[in-house]
Formats: sequence, C-alpha cells, structure tokens
Amino acid sequence: MHWWGRLQPAKRCFAVFVAVCTLLLVIAGGLVTSNDAAQSVPDWPLSYGKLVPPLEGGIRFEFAHRVLAAAVAVLTLILALWSRSRLAWIAVAAMLAQGLLGGAVVTLVAPKWMPVAHACLAQLCFGIMVAIVVGQYWTRRKRVETRLDPAGTSACATLFVQTILGAAARHNLTGVVPHIAGAAVATLIVMWAGVQVLMHHMENPPFRRSAMLLLSLTFSQVFLGMGAYISRIMAADDPQPMPMMISFTVAHVAVGSLAFGAAIAMAIIVGHGGMTVA
Amino acid sequence: MKKIWIGFGLACVLSLAGCGGGNPPETAKQAEPAAAPGGGAAAMPDEANGATITGKVSFDGTKPKAKAIDMSANPVCTKAHAASPATTEDVVVNDNGTLKYAFVWIKSGLPDKTWQVPTTAITLDQNGCMYKPHVIGVMAGQQIDIKNSDPTNHNIHPQPQTNQEWNESQPPGSADKMQTFGRQEVMIPVKCNIHPWMRSYIGVVAHPFFAVTGDDGSFTIKGLPPGTYTIEAWHEKYGTSDQTITVAPKESKTQDFSFKG
Repeated sequence: MHWWGRLQPAKRCFAVFVAVCTLLLVIAGGLVTSNDAAQSVPDWPLSYGKLVPPLEGGIRFEFAHRVLAAAVAVLTLILALWSRSRLAWIAVAAMLAQGLLGGAVVTLVAPKWMPVAHACLAQLCFGIMVAIVVGQYWTRRKRVETRLDPAGTSACATLFVQTILGAAARHNLTGVVPHIAGAAVATLIVMWAGVQVLMHHMENPPFRRSAMLLLSLTFSQVFLGMGAYISRIMAADDPQPMPMMISFTVAHVAVGSLAFGAAIAMAIIVGHGGMTVA
Repeated sequence: MKKIWIGFGLACVLSLAGCGGGNPPETAKQAEPAAAPGGGAAAMPDEANGATITGKVSFDGTKPKAKAIDMSANPVCTKAHAASPATTEDVVVNDNGTLKYAFVWIKSGLPDKTWQVPTTAITLDQNGCMYKPHVIGVMAGQQIDIKNSDPTNHNIHPQPQTNQEWNESQPPGSADKMQTFGRQEVMIPVKCNIHPWMRSYIGVVAHPFFAVTGDDGSFTIKGLPPGTYTIEAWHEKYGTSDQTITVAPKESKTQDFSFKG
C-alpha cells in the first residue's frame, strides 16, 4: 500500500476529532448565551485589550469560547490541507465567516439578527463537519448516480429551519411560540423521513442505523426542549441564570446540533444509494 | 478560485474593520447639556407658581422575600458582602408598606415645550457588584456619571429599544464614564454580563417632571404648569399604573398609587 493510503485511517480519525471539537464549540457558545455572558467582553479580537483577559464571572465563558473557536479554525484548516476536499475548504470558509460574525456580534452590539445568524452558522459548520466525516468513512459501492433523497433532504431542511426559530427565540428576536409550533412540525417530518428509510431499507445496516439515530436524537430533543422551557419558566424570578436552566438549554442546543448532523448523515448515505466502508 | 477566496476574506476583514465598535454612537458622546432645538430658550420648571404633585406608591399583598444572590462566580463580589449576602432589589417593600424604586413620571399632557436639561450628572455606581441605586431617572440629554467602585471589572450594557444600544467595559480604578441618552424611553434595562445578577433601570424622560421612590415610598413632582396630565408609576416587577390628574397654578395635590403583589 502507498504511504499515502496508510494515512487514510488517521485522516478519518482526525476528521472525527475536528467534528467533535466543533460540537464542543457549539456547546461552548451555548454556555456563553445561557450564562448571559455574550457581551461580557466588549472588544474583539483582543479581550479587554489583552490576549488573556482577567478570568472572572462571565468573561470565563466568553474567553473559553473564543479560544476554542480559534483552535477549531486551525484544526479545520489542517483538515482541509490534509484531505484536499472541496467540502473541507468550504468548512474553512464557514469557520472564517463564523469568526468574523462572532466579532461583529461583539463590536456592533445592537442588531439582534446577528447573534441569530451566528447561532445558525454554527449549526451549519457542524453539519459540514459531519458531511466531511461521513465522506471520509463511506464511499460509493458502485458507480450509481447520486440523487437528492427527499426524506433526508426534507429532514435536514426542517431541522435547520427549527434551528433558526430556536435561535430567534433564544435571542429575543421572536417569541417562543414559533419554535414550539416548529418543533411539532419538525418532529412529524423527521418521523416521516425516518420511517420512510426504515420501511424501504430495513435490511441495509447503514440506512437503518442512520435513520434510527436521527429518530432517537429528535425524540430526545423534544423532551430536552420541554425541560429547557419549563426550567426557564421556573427560573424566571431568579436573579441570574441557574444551573438547571443552563443544563437543559445547553443540552437542547447540543442535541439539536447532533440531530441536524444525523439528518445530514442520513441524507448523504441514502442519497448515495448504497455505500460501504472506504 | 484561490484569488476569489482571498478577495472574499479581505473584503470581510476590511468591512469589519470599518465597522469600528469602540465608542457607542450617539448616546455615548460626552454631550454638553442640551439647549432648545432651533435656538429658542429652553423652559424651566416654575417652582414658585407651578403645581406640586406628591404621593406614595404602596404595596398591597404579602411582602415577597428578597432572594439571596450567589456571587461565587467572582470572589471579589463575595468578599464585598462577607457580612451578609446581597439580596435582589427587584421588589423592595419599605417598612411602611410602600415600594422603593418605583419610577413616577408625567406621561402626557405637558405643553409642547423644550425643557432645560440639568447640568448636574446623575450617578450610577457599581459598588459591591450591585448597581447603586437600582433605578434612576434622567432627562434626555442629561449626563449619567457611571462609576466603578469595585476592585473588579464590570461591563455596562444598556439595552434600550428606541435609543442606541451600547456596551463598554470599566476596569477597576478607571475614570468615570459620562453617558447620555438622546430620546425619551421608560425604562432602559442596564446589565453587567460579567455578573449576570447586576441589573438596573434608567428612566429617560423628555422633561424634568419625574421622580424615583425611596425608603419611604413617596414622590414629589414640582413646578408643573397648570393642566390635566396622565401620571404613570412604573415598577420593575409589577408593571405600570396610570392616573389622570388636573392641577391649577400653585396647587398641591396628592396622587397615590398601589401595586398588588
């Protein structure tokens, strides 16, 4: 085997590592918002005019988010240089745009759509990373024409719209009602998509597993959403964000990312019409 | 293709660099006291011949218990309250059954005049990781003197709806910040994102007829021109209550408010 070929397993592992780091970055961002610390560092790219600010109160969350973001951007660039895939370069561009948008959120303060766009682009970044990982692990078994799978595609689109509604509610751009209504619609569409795949491809393990994963995550997400909403109501009179509310809300954000990633994985696997381990 | 990406990156960086972000626009200027627009003389409250409205804002119900604030996120804040833990100030019921930190103002009915902005600044102090006082009132264009008396960092982040939002840090020992708000807005929440329990409210009014209730829950508004007014009491927790009142020259009237808990 060519030396380059021997590096393939390492490259796959590295892609998974970058995807996990991207999910951690999403969680770090969720912690910033849930701790009400998003504007605790008013300058960017420096923090209080320094590379390392005084680590107290909300600054700890915001600064950790910035450091992790820089690390993930570097890791994504290494992955792009290593894999030389177009998708990895798109991930680099998305990470760069996300970093600049994050900076704009801090420095411009006012526009409410900006943190919403920052939250949504974060999910897209993670989605791209999932697509890269799936692409690294799976290849087409035979030369079949790639098609747009309606079930997987509609699940992806619905979950992303739900991400937008959730981010808009979280950043007070809209009320929570559109997000709750969207949750009902998204659950139905994901159920339909998952059941479609299970009914037609039950014998195919990759299809079956991807659909089961998507359904499991989506149902978990519904309960986490209820928990986040109830804990938020219970904490309405508290003087500051409390651990129960923070835990439910950040878990809701993280599992939302995972569900979106699972929908992308299912769409790619089913869309390629038959894949096997590369 | 590579050139396109480089061009895109440069365009993003340049556009963001142009955005700046150092000083909050409009409201952050160290403005001189506002004069009347169009060069005319600004009106002053006529305390000798004007009417006076006094009253109190009472609380009806079971006195809510203030919640202790967990300041463990910053040891400096904990140390400042070593003797007794700080408590929430969203509802402060005085011993005489009245409410502290209610903002009372003339909502409508004043003649269409431009009022002289006071030259004295109103102080908002960050002390013991709390805003002192919890509620202040200023005229539009009046300076607010923001102090940091704590040996720790704070950021001041007002979140207005009609004025410009801004966010600035204030390290320990730094000079006071002088800020103004240009437009009437009742109320503007102010928060510190480093210490999320820190919350304050600023009432910005286009005229000088407003007051904030204190330890006895009373208020006095002096120098009102004769007329019929809508007077409003605002409270952070219990919302607003409006009353209509008519006053003659030199008349003193009482107008009380009550909020149910």
